[in-house]
Amino acid sequence: MSGEAARKACARLDLADLGFDRGAHMLVARALSGIGVGETLDVCGRAPALGVHLRAWCRQMGHPFQTLGDDSEIGGDIVARIARGDVEIKRWAGAQRAGHPDRDRDDAVSEHPAPRWGLAARGALVEDSAPAFSFGIDHKHVVWTEEAPRLYAQAAAAQWDPATAIPWDAPFDIPDDVEDAIVQVMTYLVENETAALLVPARFLAQMHPHFREILQLLAIQAADEARHIEVFTRRALLRREVLGLSTAGGQASLKTLVDEPDFALAMFLLSVLGEGTFLALLWFLHRNAPDPVTREVTKLAAQDEARHVAFGLAHLSRHAELDKTLHARLALAVEQRHEALMQTAGLNSEVFDALVLLAAGEFSPEAIERGYQAVMTLQQEMDVGRRKRLAKLGFDDAEAERLSALHTRNFM
Amino acid sequence: MAETLLMGAVAYDPKVVTIWDGFKVYFAEQGLDFDFVLYSNYERQVEAHFGGHFHVAWNSPLAWLQAERFAKRAGRAAHAIAMRDTDRDLTSVVIVRDDSTIKSVNDLAGKKVGVGAADSPQATLIPLLHLAEAGVTPHDDFEVVRFDVDLGKHGDHVGGERDAAKALLDGRVDAACLIDANHLGFSKEGTLPSGATRVLAQTKPYDHCNFTVLDGAIEDARIKRFRELLLGMSYDDPKVRPLLDLEGLKVWKDGRTEGYALLEAAIDRFGTIEDFLAGLGKRCM
Ligand SMILES: [Fe+2]
Ligand SMILES: [Fe+2]
Repeated sequence: MSGEAARKACARLDLADLGFDRGAHMLVARALSGIGVGETLDVCGRAPALGVHLRAWCRQMGHPFQTLGDDSEIGGDIVARIARGDVEIKRWAGAQRAGHPDRDRDDAVSEHPAPRWGLAARGALVEDSAPAFSFGIDHKHVVWTEEAPRLYAQAAAAQWDPATAIPWDAPFDIPDDVEDAIVQVMTYLVENETAALLVPARFLAQMHPHFREILQLLAIQAADEARHIEVFTRRALLRREVLGLSTAGGQASLKTLVDEPDFALAMFLLSVLGEGTFLALLWFLHRNAPDPVTREVTKLAAQDEARHVAFGLAHLSRHAELDKTLHARLALAVEQRHEALMQTAGLNSEVFDALVLLAAGEFSPEAIERGYQAVMTLQQEMDVGRRKRLAKLGFDDAEAERLSALHTRNFM
Repeated sequence: MAETLLMGAVAYDPKVVTIWDGFKVYFAEQGLDFDFVLYSNYERQVEAHFGGHFHVAWNSPLAWLQAERFAKRAGRAAHAIAMRDTDRDLTSVVIVRDDSTIKSVNDLAGKKVGVGAADSPQATLIPLLHLAEAGVTPHDDFEVVRFDVDLGKHGDHVGGERDAAKALLDGRVDAACLIDANHLGFSKEGTLPSGATRVLAQTKPYDHCNFTVLDGAIEDARIKRFRELLLGMSYDDPKVRPLLDLEGLKVWKDGRTEGYALLEAAIDRFGTIEDFLAGLGKRCM
């Protein structure tokens, strides 16, 4: 059928018994969308209040209600002639596509998505009178990385269930001193994981949802940390009823992370330096743990942390390529944090000693010496890892060495 | 007259503040210094209009007739300068329960007919006129049961019609009067379940609200600018569309007064505004 013929064929609509109390408006709207503005449609039907409702509906929708076949709009068959108004066309005239869902297209992700795009799905057609949202993080160069979808898919596939992934009931027998050391380390880990949950969660809520893949990644990262908090708490309480110590110095260090308002700086300090350092710590705990539960919780957490570090490196590398001032700002952030924490104790001695004891396994002089040496080696590994990641971000060797040395003694 | 163009409107709902605040901002952006005064009822608004308290009234159809008739008596003139597209060609219906024995208007004799507020053109005055002209006289031939939600608001508040519709379903009245758009709305939302009621009668089309000015104000430059800005508001403007949606229109139209003939006949027949006009005459002439 040609367009013209189709149009003529559509110029009459039979609603049979269907009334506006049961959805007739859908058929009328569809028929009207098939004709041009100003063209007419004859509507007939037998629903009792059809004429009354059609007149009221047309008035509300801005479609001229022209005439009625006979004088009465109630009872029996009615035929009404209505015309298509231009309200819907006007309503969408200024609408804008919010990018494109396919991120491989050049125009998919906007450099600076409009506040009015708000919560709209990327690629949706957004009405121009939509309210403007205040998303503070709304520049692509600050957040974006092509790695995000891959990392998100990996994270989604790697979600483990704390209830079943860990051998909570596995039998083990360790000295009381060593169990106390585990409880102290777990207590320390929980407060660090809590910082690692809050920081991405806070930025998530400020980010323009147009950057969907980044949002998803931050959300699943926060969920990872939620599980880490859970399993470390559960390991601490496995054989004890009270937790260990939380020191002023440790919290002061974490507070500088939680208080950092800039996305790039906070994610640099948290993910690249903090979680990067934690990777070495978690693998150290995995290797030296005296029981299967500690071995498993630290391994699973370390695997998740590797993704968090990878995301931080990926978006900050891209950001640094596009913004030549970023390196200087990142370096300054490390220096300022160092200044702020100079007067604090850094890693609490209870945590340090607990790590030594875990590596030693017992309180003999030889074992403690061995444990002490292992923790020294761990700190060197942490430093090597940080310098490697700083180099990946484009810092030269000397600067990487200097910044790594300034990193908080609290690890995170 | 002050510099600012002042409009009077009736606060039949809290959203009235949102609506006119929005228009005020829009007019200000277009260079028109506009403000509004809210009244709790149309009678006070009409009186204040004649007292010179503001320049243009957003009037219900009944308030328009109050103003027009009083102007005539006082040797003055009222003009309708603009209205919404949705103020034109409304109808009202009289509905009964579907299983009712009432098959025609004459069967209403001896029955109870639910209406809206006593001063509601759409839910009381015009449908009762329709019934009277069709042969059954309100009060004489059938009992009129009022659902007065808010007297003085001229039926702008939808509550009276909803109460009448519920009373019909509950069997407290035998018929109910409401505007066609509310019949559609109540049917879609389920207040009137599909198939539960039947339309017994439908009135002829009539018009609803308008912007009213008095005497020479129609030549006032600010009034002209106000009207020009209204008629220029286009639904494709994202700043304008939310205002139009709130106020329930797609486009502003010229004011026309032929559409008030039915309501005029109704108030002539029922003497609805005589006391008001007499009282106003004592105070304002
Ligand atoms: Fe973690
Ligand atoms: Fe993490």
